[in-house]
Parts: sequence; C-alpha cells; structure tokens
Amino acid sequence: MKLPARTSRRRFLARSFGAAGAVVLAGCDALSRTEWFPSLLGTGEKLSEAVHHLLAPRKAMAQEFTEADLSPKFRSNGTAMPNSVQYQALAASGFAEYRLEIGGLVEQPARLSLAELRTLPERTQITRHDCVEGWSAIGKWKGARLASLLERVRPKPEARYVMFYCADPMEDDGTGLYYESIDMDDAYHPQTLLAYDLNDKPLPIANGAPVRLRVERQLGYKHAKYVMRLELVETFEGIEGGKGGYWEDQGYEWYAGI
Amino acid sequence: MPVQESVASQAIRTRAGSYLYYRHSLPVRVMHWINVIALTILLMSGLNIFSAHPALYWGKSSYTGRAPVLEITAKEDADGNLIGLTRVFGHEFVTTGFLGASAGPDGDVVPRAFPSWLTIPDTRWLSMARRWHLFFAWVFVINGLCYVAYSFAARHLKRDLAPTPADWRSIGRSIVDHLRFKHPTGEAAKHYNVLQKLAYLTVIFVLLPLVILMGFAMSPWLNSLASGWVDVFGGRQSGRTIHFILAWLLVAFVMIHVFEVIVSGFWNHLRSMVTGRYRIEGEAADETAR
Repeated sequence: MKLPARTSRRRFLARSFGAAGAVVLAGCDALSRTEWFPSLLGTGEKLSEAVHHLLAPRKAMAQEFTEADLSPKFRSNGTAMPNSVQYQALAASGFAEYRLEIGGLVEQPARLSLAELRTLPERTQITRHDCVEGWSAIGKWKGARLASLLERVRPKPEARYVMFYCADPMEDDGTGLYYESIDMDDAYHPQTLLAYDLNDKPLPIANGAPVRLRVERQLGYKHAKYVMRLELVETFEGIEGGKGGYWEDQGYEWYAGI
Repeated sequence: MPVQESVASQAIRTRAGSYLYYRHSLPVRVMHWINVIALTILLMSGLNIFSAHPALYWGKSSYTGRAPVLEITAKEDADGNLIGLTRVFGHEFVTTGFLGASAGPDGDVVPRAFPSWLTIPDTRWLSMARRWHLFFAWVFVINGLCYVAYSFAARHLKRDLAPTPADWRSIGRSIVDHLRFKHPTGEAAKHYNVLQKLAYLTVIFVLLPLVILMGFAMSPWLNSLASGWVDVFGGRQSGRTIHFILAWLLVAFVMIHVFEVIVSGFWNHLRSMVTGRYRIEGEAADETAR
C-alpha cells in the first residue's frame, strides 16, 4: 500500500501549498484592515529611518541640479487653490496682510511679514521634488533658511519638532487643515527653506503661495504648502491625529525619506 | 503470465534502485521559502504603489519635456464604458480588463493600472501598499544577506553554484538538452547543470542586488549618500523604470524556474526543497548515500 500513501501525502502537500498561498494572498487584505498588522509592518519604517540616518549623515546635502534640468512647468499636486475665505482674501491683497507666526517652545515668539521674511539669510537651490506617488519634478527654490529663523526665535532646549500649520483645508467642508512636522536636525539643515520664490518668480498659489516648506531628502508631502504658523513642540501627540502630519494621520510614514 | 511478472519485477527493482539524496541544506530551504513569500508580496505591493502614478520615465525627473516611456491610463468611450489604455514608446494598446481598467474587489470596473488580483492590498491604497512593500523589503534584504553569508561560509557557492571547467564545456549540450526538456538523471542529477548555475548566479548577484539598488535610487534620503550617484543609472526616474523592469525580469525567471521544476519532476523537486531529499534513480554509491 505504498502508492496510496505517497499520493495522499502529495495531495496533502498540494493542499498545504494552496492554503499557504491563499493565506498570503487573500489574507493580506484582511490583515491590512486589522489594527495590529499595519503597525507591525510599520516597524519597517523605524528600521529604514535608523539605517538611513546611519548611512547618510544628518547634514548630508541633497543633490542639486542645473538650470538645464528644470522641469518646464513645476507640477502642482494636492491643493491648487485653498478652499478658504481667509486665505483667498489674503491672496487677493497679494499677501500684504500675511504674517508668519512662530511660537511654541521658543524664547522670542515672532510675527513676520513676507517682506521681513525676505530680509532673512536666504538660499537658492535647484532640487528634485519626489512625490510619494512616484513622480519627480525639478524646480529652483529661493527662500529663508529655517535655521536663521530659528536662531532669531531661540528654541527652548525641550523643543524637538517644528510643526507647520497651513491654510489649505483638506476636507470639502473647510476642515482638516493641512499640517506637517519635522525634527530639529532637519529644521537646521542648510537646505531646509521657507521658500517664497519658484523658478525666479514669486511662488504661485498652485505651488503653495506665499510660503512653502522645502525639506529636501524627504517626499513631497512633507513640503507643506500655504504655511501660516510654526510651532515648536516637544511631542506631536495630542495634535490632530497625533501622527505629526495630515497624511501621517491617514497612514503614511512620518519619516518620508523613502 | 511470465511477461507481466517480468514487468512487475522490473518496477520493483527500479524502486529499490533509487535512493534519496540530501540535496538542499536546511538554511537554503528556509531562506528559499522566505524569499518566495517576500518576493511575492514585494511584487504585488509594488504593483499597487506603481498604480498611484502609472507612468514610467527616463531621466532625472518625470517632467523633462519628453513623453513617458510607459503609461497606463483609462478613458470613457461614447457609451460611458471604461477603456483601459497602455502606451509604450508612443504605441497605444487597448488593455481593458487587465491594464488601465479592470474589475475591483466589488466587481465594478474602475480605473486602475493593474487588476486587483495582482495587487496587495486589493484596492488602490498607497499608504498600506508602502507598509507592505517597505516591511517585506527588509525581510528580503536581511534574508538575502544571510543567504550570501551562508553561501560563502558553507561553501554552497563554490561547491554548488560556481560553474566547473566541465560545466563550461557542456554549455552547448546543456542548451540543446533544455530545449528538448531532457534533464539529467542518476549521478548527474545531484548537481545543478551549467545553465541552472548561470541563471541562479545572475539572479543572486546581478538582478536582486540591482533591484535593491534601484529601490535605494528612489529614496530621496539615500540620494544624498553621494551627490549624483543616481545619475549613473540615468536619474531617479530612470531608476524607478529599471526597478519596474527588473521586477518583471524576476517574474520571468520565476516562471522559467517553476516550469523547469514541473517538467523535470515536480514532486521530487518540491520534496527536496521541503525535506532536503531528492530521489536519484540508480544504485547509491556508498560514499554519497546519506
């Protein structure tokens, strides 16, 4: 009776492989909708962040390009015109009434007009913008170095993150204002700018006028547009969804270097 | 019935004349199956990520003034039905049902680059697809590093994978044998044949490291490792295109691999990759029988 034993073992094996395949493929979708599994998968993000910081120093510079590499038109993604009465009033006056507020864990809170922001030490850089969706565009940015702004407001020692609060509502009913956060190492990086010019012209509304964040070496969603207020904080727990940014609250990684 | 008797006794002799040869060590078997799981998930979650922007470019950015090399889109026909379109180097193909527009998990035809049965998760869900992809990328990389370390340390590479001078001389015959689906038997079946060795070496030391490197090329943080290193491969968008092509080359390898496994004794190969033991027809030579 050897052959039937072999056949049944093989049938068992075939079923096991089939079952394993079904668990891997169909089960993936069930797992994606659990609480625990996506957070287990999220350990990959922590590992990537740690290894990236080990490999490329925090002060390493993002690649800069030449005028020849500029994208003919810098793509606008997400919000192209904030659905907000206050913002549209600001835009109508050419942002004359705009004041960038910097507060939170700082010694010297400040309010800066666009003209004052333009007097801060600036930097011009041609960099590549990489969207989480997969596309890239190259643009020439000019803006105030965030480091020089921080020197002016003097962060308190307990400050660990800079929060960026924006004017663009992400929900149709005008709620869900966009926001983002970066850590202090990125905030002091020489290429981190509050950009007010794109391709030698004032930043267009579609690209985040009057001011957008440039945090090169991270994906596009970190580069908050329509920045209205900066707050230095020790933790972003308790702010909105608690994950440090609008897209982070929707399940995207806080560390967007990958 | 003398004739029948003789056939029966021959069959028994063949059974008795075969023996199980220990072909794959436990670490190789474990790492093989981890790789199967990791690469399957990487492919399927990767296709979901691709669907967030289903176009591929050559160059440093996507917007260079040149058209994409590959684009998968959907449009509505006069009756309002979705038509899936795939454009490759400017040539347009209707690919409804597979590329561009296909039935989602609930059965409705929706615009999506790859069909739901090929993606993880089944719906268009970029953040979740990234979690799967970037977690299993680590599983795959760590598994791969363990495999390479093991292969050197246990001399798996030198003993089993490096082609011998005899292998190089047999390359012509091996090609002809493969085309005839003729596979080594007896003692010769204990070793990989030369085409198999070259295929495995190409996958292990060329395709897999390159697909990882092209993954790095897409990371804006890793771009700062050395300014401009990505330009060696044509730029970040070229890197993304190469990553995509390599993924399909790996799929092609797996299809050929599984095909060869099927035609050269599916259950025997499967057993050897599960228990390690491969059945060799013929009398066991004393020093090799285990």
